[in-house]
Amino acid sequence: MVDTDGQPGILDRLAAGELLIFDGATGTYLQEHGLIPGDSPELMNAAAPDVIKGMAKTYFDAGSDIVLTNTFGGNRFMLKKYKADDRLFELNKLATEHARSAAPPGKYVSGSIGPTGEFIEPLGNVTEDELYETFTEMSRAFEAGGADAVMIETQLGLEEAKLAVRAAKENTNLVVMSTMVFDKGPRGYFTMMGVTPEQAVEGLQEAGADIVGTNCGNGIERMVEIATRMRAVTDGYLVVQSNAGLPIIRNGQTCYLETPEFMAEHFQRLAELPINILGGCCGTTADHIRALVKSVKGEPTLA
Amino acid sequence: MPITHEGLAKEFKWVTRPGEQKHIGEAIDPTDPIMQEMAYELIVGNNVDVDRLTREALDSGYSANQILDDGLLNGMAIVGVKFRDNLIFVPEVLVAARAMKAGMAHIEPILSASGAKPAGTVIMGTVKGDLHDIGKNLCIMMLRGAGFIVHDIGVDSSPEDFIAAVEEHGAQIVGMSALLTTTMPNMGRTIATFEDMGLRDEVRIMVGGAPVTQDFADEMGADAYGDNAVEAVDRAKELVALLAELRSS
Repeated sequence: MVDTDGQPGILDRLAAGELLIFDGATGTYLQEHGLIPGDSPELMNAAAPDVIKGMAKTYFDAGSDIVLTNTFGGNRFMLKKYKADDRLFELNKLATEHARSAAPPGKYVSGSIGPTGEFIEPLGNVTEDELYETFTEMSRAFEAGGADAVMIETQLGLEEAKLAVRAAKENTNLVVMSTMVFDKGPRGYFTMMGVTPEQAVEGLQEAGADIVGTNCGNGIERMVEIATRMRAVTDGYLVVQSNAGLPIIRNGQTCYLETPEFMAEHFQRLAELPINILGGCCGTTADHIRALVKSVKGEPTLA
Repeated sequence: MPITHEGLAKEFKWVTRPGEQKHIGEAIDPTDPIMQEMAYELIVGNNVDVDRLTREALDSGYSANQILDDGLLNGMAIVGVKFRDNLIFVPEVLVAARAMKAGMAHIEPILSASGAKPAGTVIMGTVKGDLHDIGKNLCIMMLRGAGFIVHDIGVDSSPEDFIAAVEEHGAQIVGMSALLTTTMPNMGRTIATFEDMGLRDEVRIMVGGAPVTQDFADEMGADAYGDNAVEAVDRAKELVALLAELRSS
């Protein structure tokens, strides 16, 4: 598939054996640029467009090939908590346009869909149809805003993640990626809902995801373990977006301990597996992305 | 008497730590078949049967306390162990909680009318700026299951909300939850507000949530940290005992 601007698409580049670079943290960046914890990051797409464009530019400049939109909580259920559910399409489209406006030719924008935080009936109060509908609407807004892909990320339950994958696949032409987040417990790696890395790969691919993987987590060393298990069960494309470890408080400030250099070393191991797309999650900055690019591509960025 | 209910005997095999085997085993052994059946149906999340068995037990003369201790709590103890040990996950716990609730609906009015002494009173909330409540709700469910009175002040709770709730209900324990790394520091701010108001010694404060660690809890000056909902109950019991000891000395 060739992009509308005549450039090869994400899947073309992966098929050619290229390793693509994702972006760093969104929440961490936004808080350094005026987001008050507890406020809606998605409302900033309308209220602070320059910050959102600036974030995308920062990551593209650092060497990211793909930048995520500021829409992690852009679903109906999260937006409703801020009485903004009637602005779902507008906010998701705006976010995509902001990221697109900062993207140089040959770079990509991916919509971001985080978990809704709801449980499906009979466990919770939402129906599968309601989830499918909100994911469809988000995906269509990304496509309308000029996105190349959609990333269904930080997922905990396979039912919800698969609904989102299907909604994006069946209603748009976007490349569909999906990642789940695993905790290490007494019996190894599971999501909060009890999904193993192997089950995640199988379930998400079966639902139609083009690229699957893991994100967030608890430090990049564990991500290497999870990714190794995923690579053992698939030849398909894999993506890893790792956080910079769990934060600690130093002098009243929240700090992430994993340095760009420490993470870069482990990104190399992930690249060797191979993982096809690498990037950061909570606590990672443009410095982490620069170190990642340098370690896996060995070339300075042009920024 | 051994565990006579076949299903419950099977479930009990998941309890492998010697101390817990002894504790839970001794609690189940002397119980009647209807109580073992109730415990089993709670573990597998059958709310319809727990509802029915609770009513039947009350009708045939079992006390509300017996039903709680011999039926519901024994079931919940095994749910807690299985959850902690990764044998079941959040969906199974939520289903068990629903079954627990079905039983509690019949016995709670009787218990509160009888003025039975609770294990302790806890204020639970997610800290300011944080709208996530799955983890907090699991803890509340486990705490209630262990006989605590829990007042849930919900999500996005300010330091003032916590303090007002403690004063209103005379709570000994405050439990704070956070999912976001960005809202975690609000736990420390809430603790500082208790200090500023001169109320820090009145309560014991415990914290938890996905990004929270023991180090983080220590740094903020919390009294306890729990890694999961079962630990939240253990910590709450320890803190109540500690507070009672301090007050009696």
